[in-house]
Amino acid sequence: MQVLIAIIIGGIFACAIYMILRRSIVKLIMGLALLGHAANLLIFSAGGLFRARPALVAPGETAPLAPAADPLPQALILTAIVISFGVIAFMMVLVSRASEAVGNDDTDLFTATDQ
Amino acid sequence: MSTLAVLPVLLPLAAAAASTLLYRSLRAQRVIGVVATSSLVAVSLMLFLRVWDEGIVVVRMGDWPSPIGISFVVDLFGAIMVVLASITGAATALYSVRGIDKERQSFLYFPLLHVLLMGVCGAFLTGDIFNLYVWFEVLLMSSFVLLALGNERKQLEGAIKYVTLNLMSSALFLTAIGILYGTFGTLDMADLSRRLASTERTGVVTTLSMLFLVAFGIKAAIFPLFFWLPASYHTPPFAVSAIFAGLLTKVGVYAIIRVFTLMFPIDPGFTRPLLLFLAAMTMLTGVLGAAAQHEFRRVLSFHIVSQIGYMLLGLALATPLALAGSVFYIMHHIVVKANLFFIAGLADRIRGTSDLRSPGRVSVYARAPLIALVFFIPAMSLAGIPPLSGFFAKLVLVRAGLEIGEWAVVTVALLVSILTLYSMTKIWAEAFWKGPDRNEDEPESVERVPPTMVLPVAVLALITVVVGFLAGPLFGVATRAADQLLDREAYAEAVLGPERGSRP
Repeated sequence: MQVLIAIIIGGIFACAIYMILRRSIVKLIMGLALLGHAANLLIFSAGGLFRARPALVAPGETAPLAPAADPLPQALILTAIVISFGVIAFMMVLVSRASEAVGNDDTDLFTATDQ
Repeated sequence: MSTLAVLPVLLPLAAAAASTLLYRSLRAQRVIGVVATSSLVAVSLMLFLRVWDEGIVVVRMGDWPSPIGISFVVDLFGAIMVVLASITGAATALYSVRGIDKERQSFLYFPLLHVLLMGVCGAFLTGDIFNLYVWFEVLLMSSFVLLALGNERKQLEGAIKYVTLNLMSSALFLTAIGILYGTFGTLDMADLSRRLASTERTGVVTTLSMLFLVAFGIKAAIFPLFFWLPASYHTPPFAVSAIFAGLLTKVGVYAIIRVFTLMFPIDPGFTRPLLLFLAAMTMLTGVLGAAAQHEFRRVLSFHIVSQIGYMLLGLALATPLALAGSVFYIMHHIVVKANLFFIAGLADRIRGTSDLRSPGRVSVYARAPLIALVFFIPAMSLAGIPPLSGFFAKLVLVRAGLEIGEWAVVTVALLVSILTLYSMTKIWAEAFWKGPDRNEDEPESVERVPPTMVLPVAVLALITVVVGFLAGPLFGVATRAADQLLDREAYAEAVLGPERGSRP
């Protein structure tokens, strides 16, 4: 399970970087979205991967039963997801405006700032 | 429980909320902008004095005990940074009253400015690494909008470059936090400092420190990661450029210094040579890039990069003197850099262009000699001419470098200083001194520069002069801040209490 998740995370990171390096600006957004997902999945796996072990405290106990995933990373991801949702939404508007202004979606033509 | 330490966040938040509600009235927004940022200066000075008297101030949110809850930990370095941030914020707010057009102001410029300040102050105050990420996002989000506000083609393109690289840096930061939490099970920086000090998993620690270096390095614009900065900082209005130039990269530098003193102290065998190399390359590439530019703000943008190298140099040398030099350098740099961008705005108004190759419509020196002279103060300070603040900042770093025999990097620092002087004289000659050949159409209507734009420039120039003349006492402040930074256990003890037996 851990190995599988690790490979998946690595794969998503690779896809994200590949997409960001493409010249099309729409793929840039997809790449950034994937990059956020990869980071979130990594934090998720940092809490430990256990199937069907809810982190609930049984009556009379003070801590969850031994092999249970740490709930804190899940709370962190929730924060990170909300943030990346907002940023990606902004990015989409920005990209749409910018490609209108440039008249093309090829990032190689975005050179007005270099003059 | 000290509410004072939370006020630098609450005050801009309240100001942002109030000015959003009053979005119909630009006048009210301007008044709130100037009043709130000026009172932020007062609050941050009070906080600084408190930290100076009482040592590290810790505020635990919701009174949760420390490694569990999120706490604000204000040490001297953090307090100094908040003071500098508030001064830059107040200057920007006053400059923006007339420096930003009505169109932009009516699209919530002032609330965004307050949110930016809130994020910056939060980042300087927090003692929790994930909370630091959240404050980074707060300030980035508002900086994205501030950068793109106005919809000019240049701005949109600059914003795309800026947003993309900053989002990548955030993703790396988040990844590092994930691995950090997975390995050490805590997010409190004081707790992390203790656990990292006693861990045997040095491989993971080194990997993590490099992840943090890259993540914060992008934000701070250090050597191979700075390309977004000169591609975006010259596109927005001058007031926005100025606050970005003064504060945003310095938040990255702050994070690097915090992480590499508290969590991953400089290792003379590995991180020191690496950071020294990066510092030297940052200084060199920045100043050489600036020499090739012909646009006022692009020259200044490349100089930000080169100045970041000096701050990194102090951290890399890692002696108490060098670190104090870094802190002092930041104190001097924020004020000077913001001011240079403000003056670039004034010069642009008078000349009608920011291109250094074009003579402009009138010589600034002929039209407004005082403004031209006021440019001289921060420019010469940046190059390190005595008795201005930059001279003492560089002097300390050079001495610290010579003390431990790092000749090569000291040579680079001195060379870069000369090249900085070259760039500044280039700007002086091209943008302030020269004018059009014939002045027959001289009485053409040149925009008058409003006093609300001149006042912040004058005040910041005055601060630069004062920092130069009070270099002794202020360097004492920097030294104490540096000593506090190097004493990891004191920080941990202020947050967690005295060290007990190891917890599981």
